[in-house]
Amino acid sequence: MDMVAGKVKMTQQSVKSAMNPTDMLERPIRLTARDVTVHYGAKQALHGISIDIPDRAVTSFIGPSGCGKSTFLRCINRMNDTIEGAKVGGTIKLDGEDIYDPSLDVVELRARIGMVFQKPNPFPKSIYENVAYGPRIHGLARNKTDMDEIVVSSLRKAGLFEEVKDRLNEPGTGLSGGQQQRLCIARAIAVGPEVILMDEPCSALDPIATAIIEELIDELRENYTIVIVTHSMQQAARVSQKTAFFHLGNLIEEGVTEDIFTNPVNKQTQDYIMGRIG
Amino acid sequence: MPTGTEHIVTAYSDELTGLAQLIAEMGGQVEVAIENGTKALLKLDRELADLTIIADQRIDDMQRRIDDMAVSMIARRQPMASDLRAIITAIHVASDLERVGDMAKQLARRSLKLEGMNLQPTFYNGVKNMTALVLRQIKEALDAYSNRDSARAIEVCNRDDEVDAMHTSLFRELLTYMMEDPRNITPCTHLLFCAKNLERIGDHATNIAERAYYLQTGKQLTSEVQELQRTQIKA
Repeated sequence: MDMVAGKVKMTQQSVKSAMNPTDMLERPIRLTARDVTVHYGAKQALHGISIDIPDRAVTSFIGPSGCGKSTFLRCINRMNDTIEGAKVGGTIKLDGEDIYDPSLDVVELRARIGMVFQKPNPFPKSIYENVAYGPRIHGLARNKTDMDEIVVSSLRKAGLFEEVKDRLNEPGTGLSGGQQQRLCIARAIAVGPEVILMDEPCSALDPIATAIIEELIDELRENYTIVIVTHSMQQAARVSQKTAFFHLGNLIEEGVTEDIFTNPVNKQTQDYIMGRIG
Repeated sequence: MPTGTEHIVTAYSDELTGLAQLIAEMGGQVEVAIENGTKALLKLDRELADLTIIADQRIDDMQRRIDDMAVSMIARRQPMASDLRAIITAIHVASDLERVGDMAKQLARRSLKLEGMNLQPTFYNGVKNMTALVLRQIKEALDAYSNRDSARAIEVCNRDDEVDAMHTSLFRELLTYMMEDPRNITPCTHLLFCAKNLERIGDHATNIAERAYYLQTGKQLTSEVQELQRTQIKA
């Protein structure tokens, strides 16, 4: 009887931690975007996005294809700078500092705001070198011992170390899709970012590899501010504490994930998440 | 079930409609069960009592079907927002209706025990009135549920006080009969249990109304909301 009671108690506790306390609205704000617009040539892709991204929580962007969620994500670490004809307006601040300030070093910024892409894209180098590359160009390691430590701890944080510890010198491209994606996460973590952006990080992965990444995201949010773009509403519901719904380049609704998926206010959000014809 | 826009996957819409229809059908059967159960009690109608007892099996079956449908939809469709609320609410409402069905069955069973006892017509008046009120409560609650009418749901919840008051007064009345003549003790005790069953049916009607409120608004109907409504009504 006692055992049963103990079991029930344990289950309740684990449910509580998995449910993510909704106190996230009281969290400090890490990133603020105000009236962010993006033009690709004559075409306007974003129509004035304003949102606050809370510190050490997962914020997810959902919406149909072409709604601007990835475009907005790319604004956050100035990836749109690399696209010819792209013009970004409005302001985005990281800890109150304008990331579009011309005097700001973009390479430095991208170390603070890392990114993981849809398709795992390890460098055609060894697993070790994949992780060591960033810290090396940023001069984060003084010697080999330092570098070893960074590589091992990054791989550990990405939940990959145990699987690859005996083959750190083998090519990163030889890993499975899920492992490659975790290698890319380790690579992003290695330069000590504060924010990690993820653009559909699981869309090329099978359900098990997806679950491992989702578990990892849940662990990483203890130390990092995470923004994830996902096509899977279920994934957004599972991993994030805050959700924002985009449609046709507008931010339609944002709020606590639980509220967005159980009781969204906006009709467009309702139709989208319930799979109805709007 | 009023939905506004249709699902892209039409089979999903059909399933939700089917679930709502099943709840409506179950609600209808439960209403009949209450009517028949009390009628059997008041008229000591053995045949109707047997019929009510047998009919309860069908109500139980419907609850199981609703549960199965809901579980299957959650597993296959991953419902969200008001769809999710509709499915979760269906499970709760079906469970409440099943309990009401049991209460009706108990009323019918009680009538079999009362056969041959010395019952005066006055004993029945209170039970009759209380039945009318709880039947109305169940009907209104089910209407609030199927029409997603939160205002009506609040009315049902507020009216439960009347049911409770009637139960208390009936309790006193039956106690008086018992004190007047000890031979009344056995039949009046049976009637007390019937009154308790009716009072419980009223509680289940309140539960259904609360679910209806949640279904429409996505918020739980707390006592504060009811209190607010009461003050608004008074003002």
